[in-house]
Amino acid sequence: MKHGTFLTFVAPSLLAMILLIVFPVVSVIIQSFHAQHEQVIEMVESCGPFGCSETATINQEATEALREAEPLGRFVGFDNYVNRGHLAFAELGEAWRSSDTWGEWWTKVMNLPFYSAIVFTLTFTFIVTPLTIALGFAIAVAVNASVQKIRGPLIFISLLPFIINPIVGSLVLFWMVDARGILGQLIQWIAADPDLSVKASTPMMWIMLMVYGIWHSAPFAFVVFYAGLQTINQDTNEAAMIDGANRWQRVRYVTIPHIMPLVTFVALIQLMDNFRVFEPLISFSAEAHAQSLSTYILSDLTGETVLYNSAAATSMLTVICVGILLFPVLVRTWRDFKRA
Amino acid sequence: MTKFTKLMGATALSVVGATAAFADGHGCAAEGRLSIIGNEFPAIQSVAAKALECSGIEGESNLTADHQSLNVPGMTGDPAEYTTAIVANSSIVALMNEDVIQPLDALVAEYGADIPDHMKISVNGEIMAIAFMANAQHLVYREDILEQAGLDVPTSYEEVLAAAEAIRSQGILDNPLGGAYAAGWNLAQEFNNMYLGHGGEFFEPGTAKVAINNEQGVATLEMMKALSEYMNPDFLTHDSNATSAEWEAGNVALMNMWGSRTGVLMDDEGSAEEVYSNTKVSGPLMVGDSGVPATTLWWDGWTVAKNISDEDAAATFQAMAHGVSSGLLNDETMGQAVWLIDGFEPQEVNEGVLATVAAGAKPYPMVPFQGLLHTALGNELSDFMQGNESAEQALADVEAAYTAAAIEAGFVTE
Repeated sequence: MKHGTFLTFVAPSLLAMILLIVFPVVSVIIQSFHAQHEQVIEMVESCGPFGCSETATINQEATEALREAEPLGRFVGFDNYVNRGHLAFAELGEAWRSSDTWGEWWTKVMNLPFYSAIVFTLTFTFIVTPLTIALGFAIAVAVNASVQKIRGPLIFISLLPFIINPIVGSLVLFWMVDARGILGQLIQWIAADPDLSVKASTPMMWIMLMVYGIWHSAPFAFVVFYAGLQTINQDTNEAAMIDGANRWQRVRYVTIPHIMPLVTFVALIQLMDNFRVFEPLISFSAEAHAQSLSTYILSDLTGETVLYNSAAATSMLTVICVGILLFPVLVRTWRDFKRA
Repeated sequence: MTKFTKLMGATALSVVGATAAFADGHGCAAEGRLSIIGNEFPAIQSVAAKALECSGIEGESNLTADHQSLNVPGMTGDPAEYTTAIVANSSIVALMNEDVIQPLDALVAEYGADIPDHMKISVNGEIMAIAFMANAQHLVYREDILEQAGLDVPTSYEEVLAAAEAIRSQGILDNPLGGAYAAGWNLAQEFNNMYLGHGGEFFEPGTAKVAINNEQGVATLEMMKALSEYMNPDFLTHDSNATSAEWEAGNVALMNMWGSRTGVLMDDEGSAEEVYSNTKVSGPLMVGDSGVPATTLWWDGWTVAKNISDEDAAATFQAMAHGVSSGLLNDETMGQAVWLIDGFEPQEVNEGVLATVAAGAKPYPMVPFQGLLHTALGNELSDFMQGNESAEQALADVEAAYTAAAIEAGFVTE
């Protein structure tokens, strides 16, 4: 294809990508290096139905002048990235110097909001992703082996968790594990502890979030693998049978190698998705027990005073983390691509 | 895999448009645009409906629990999408910080002769909002359970603890205390209440430097922790809604609750007769010996956007003034709030808020950086409430988180 023709073909999507992806990312990068102007505070008298009092307020005229001069705010370099809310280098150093044991140091690190968010996010990603793939694969093999007649309804039921809106799905689970809900009661009965509450315990809350994560995304893995299973060469399968391979051996040596590229694909998508875990934490009111990078960004954006610069810095750190996380998978895909 | 999910549920959007003109306007007529953004509860719905009656205006309202994340962006543009925002003493600060609302003095002089002085919110001599209702958290109790346990109505948190122990030890209820202790905004608000009750000051006078890691701060956290021992173990997930639900289910005998929510607890919907008929309100709770109630006073009021034409500002002002005029009050609306409007006759449900005002509770601070401290408290206190760290450590964390945010927002220099 001529370069000119190629350009004409890709121009519309290129334009859309620049407008909707490149510009916002550049804007976030710029914001992450800025902070708000120093606010000019003055003490004034304010009155209302409960009487008058001396309160602080912002002198708008003085602040306005500063804003006009530098609309983006103060340039602060990497300050937003290294302050306590993010990489917290100063606090990390202090924790290192003042701790005698690894345990003590770890407690201090986990007390920093960014690190506790990243530890939860990584734990979630690395537990949920492989289990999603394994469960999705198991369902796909089971459905594929079922009688043709019930396959349609089976596929529909298996897809349900993925179709349900994440907020609704997680709320359903949230109420089921309530101390008075059906699962909550069951757990209390199994543990023989009537005061046990999933929502009051950090480890149980983490487990519940991960169970939800697997439940919600297993159907995605299932549907991809199920499609892959339809393309398996039956000759190979029958040859393996004649050679005396049992069911497990056929899955291990025929099916799995065949759908391996799909596993890479699902892993890639799931790593990205799980790293942005968000909805279940909101639905489960899990703030007290778990923060993910996404909910951490949200908390900067929903306070009475919105911290755009801090949110921008966290967003950039998230992008960098996703990049590091996906690097091995991308390298692998690139190699496969070149081989092909 | 990106699924578009609308986060917080549906937004109640009602467009009335020019159809309001068919009504005679009940004595209100103006030419221009009225667009209301505000929280969603019965009192505000009544005010918005009344304002939209005004004839000749082109009106709409967007009442939603997400109003705080919508009002600043919706008023920043020129012309502003919303011509008025209904706010409280905490949320007006964000609008003033961003300079998106206008002083109302000229409009009051021209159209607001009937507005009594106690409804005017003034900052530095300029009227910035018109308040129409007061709100506060105060004690709500179950009369039958206190009687059964042989207890008087508590007036302090120390007495609440003793009462809770008595109710539990007599086997009446396992977790007799309720409270909106959900990590985040609610937990921070309970800290604010208790800290003011201990006589604490949030900031070094005249500066934005936080100062809560002190004796009062530790006493505050210890009291909150002691109370939480008598709450449902899931208390860190219970916001005001969940706490109200626990109350209606009959699981709770004592709690500190918003006056604006007591109407729902005392009506015959959602709970058994035994629960609602025994639900009573009382004044604010005291703590320690500071003499200041452990609660805060709130007002709700309306503002007028800065970036709109003079015509729209005048129309908005007239319609909203009509919305909070004495004509608003009738049998249905009278009990919805503690109205600041002339002609208000207190109902039984309002007694708690009125007693709180009379007891000399402090208003929630209308300070530009209070919101940052509120967020920091909400994020950092749950570790302490779970017993993972000491009170001093939790308060040090709050101070550090606040300071980092305040430096970024330009309130504090390093």
